[in-house]
Amino acid sequence: MHVVVVTKSTPDGNAKITVKPNGVVDWGEKLVINPWDEYTVTEAILIKENNPNVKVTVMALGGEEQNEALKQGLALGADEVYRIWDAALADYDSLQYSKAIAAAVKKLGDVDLVLFGKELTDVYTDQHIYQVARLLGWNVLASMTKIISLDVDGKTIKVERQVEEGLQTLTSKLPAVLGLFDDINEAKYPSFINIRKASKAQIPVWSLSDLGLQAAAPKVKVAEYTNLPERSGAVTIIDGDSPAEKAKKLVEKLMEDKVL
Amino acid sequence: MTTIYVWLEHVGGKLVNASREALGAAKTLGGSVTGVVFGQGIDEVVQQAFSYGVDSVIKSDHASLENFRFEPYVSLLAKVVQDGKPDAVLAGHTTRGREILSGVSADLDAPLITDAMEIKLEGGKLQATRPVYDGKVVSRVEVTGEGVQLATLREGAFAAPAPKDGASGNVSSVDPVLPEDQIATKVESFAASTSTVNLTNASRIVSGGRGIGGPEGFEPLKELASTLDAALGASRAAVDAGWIPYDHQIGQTGKDVSPDLYIAVGISGAIQHVSGMRTAKAIVAINKDPEAPIFSLADYGIVDDLFKVVPELTKAFKERLGK
Repeated sequence: MHVVVVTKSTPDGNAKITVKPNGVVDWGEKLVINPWDEYTVTEAILIKENNPNVKVTVMALGGEEQNEALKQGLALGADEVYRIWDAALADYDSLQYSKAIAAAVKKLGDVDLVLFGKELTDVYTDQHIYQVARLLGWNVLASMTKIISLDVDGKTIKVERQVEEGLQTLTSKLPAVLGLFDDINEAKYPSFINIRKASKAQIPVWSLSDLGLQAAAPKVKVAEYTNLPERSGAVTIIDGDSPAEKAKKLVEKLMEDKVL
Repeated sequence: MTTIYVWLEHVGGKLVNASREALGAAKTLGGSVTGVVFGQGIDEVVQQAFSYGVDSVIKSDHASLENFRFEPYVSLLAKVVQDGKPDAVLAGHTTRGREILSGVSADLDAPLITDAMEIKLEGGKLQATRPVYDGKVVSRVEVTGEGVQLATLREGAFAAPAPKDGASGNVSSVDPVLPEDQIATKVESFAASTSTVNLTNASRIVSGGRGIGGPEGFEPLKELASTLDAALGASRAAVDAGWIPYDHQIGQTGKDVSPDLYIAVGISGAIQHVSGMRTAKAIVAINKDPEAPIFSLADYGIVDDLFKVVPELTKAFKERLGK
């Protein structure tokens, strides 16, 4: 069985992110593996540990900054990693991203499962998960909270999935694309020695022509990044001699403002 | 004339809130609005679509569509869109709404904008604002390429139309595209959530953080929430500590909310929490630490012991609201 994890290097979740006056987004520090993908790589490694003959491949699309996430995949036990990049992808939109990922999965040839984290925190979307599934002609099982069973020989999977109103149990044939929720496992972290080994790895890069794709223009473009609107005015601290007095004053203020 | 399709999601015979809001958004784009409804036994939903202002409905009523499943729903909507050639297709930014429009976007090589907070048509092209970088930054995006334009709309960002009884219009029926034996997914069972938490729709939220100190610390907050008919929220710190279940979590890795009133109790205001609630109309912060970052965001603040303030606040609201 061949399991592919698609990952990305994104800004640290704790980073303060702002748009500079020149319109460039500033996240201060270096990139880390997309926080949701820690669970995804871990899940792939768990599948490998619990089943015979499982190969795990991790891939990412982007420039050399993506090596960070790929090396973490290697350090956690992935067998192979690939980076997809091409100058023609400079302003890629989600369709270009998804077409390249789907083509890379096809190039690998024998893939049974493609795993994605819940969303990418930088572009703040999960649309690529479903696009990749459709481009491959596969089913997708997303918002997944648990793999209930995986039949490696019979090529079927049973999962639990979170929807707005509760939990669904679904079965599906493989190959399939999986989108994982965060509490699916305890994320593993690589050991120092494995990080050091992975840091020396040579990462193969696939271009569009390696994937048999033509360059295409994005269909959706970002025209501008802006900071969140500042909240108007400063805070009014409600003073009083006792908690009761403060509470009463606050309620009156809220009534005056017609918040209630 | 501009034609907008809205894929309408329904649960238990009722249009979901996000779909009603998408109908409101579709109206603002001008032109005609067609509701697209899939399911089994959906006459009631079709009727609701008319009461929320659609001009016509395309429906597919079939056993294979009883539950939302990715493959049959995407295949069918892609065909409906390809046949009808609308200018744009909208859906709520829900689990199912994201899946179906993303799938259609791949099938039809069509431009897609997800999680839109504002939308408009400029020269026939869709423009929108949407959050990026964990909701810490806003991007303005534009459709520049060819194809039917698709967008999912953030819940709470658009107003639903006021329902009108007795409205009706043209209904056309289409057949499913995939026969049951070509659908790889089977829905084995469904466990309805026992939680009644509905943060995304809540107009008032009372939320607790690390300062709450333990599971029992949420009791006074629950009482305040029930007095205000508010939903109970929490910061990640409180959820990670195991004081309250995950479905209450607001902010990064939890839900994004924009209620009319947000009362943050014992919440310091870490960026991960703030990114999920900063669009609330009015924010009240209660914290004993006057330096807590949450105060820089709040409209009103009380610097005091939350365990003394919250019960008094409940009492004051009860008196003032005559409860």
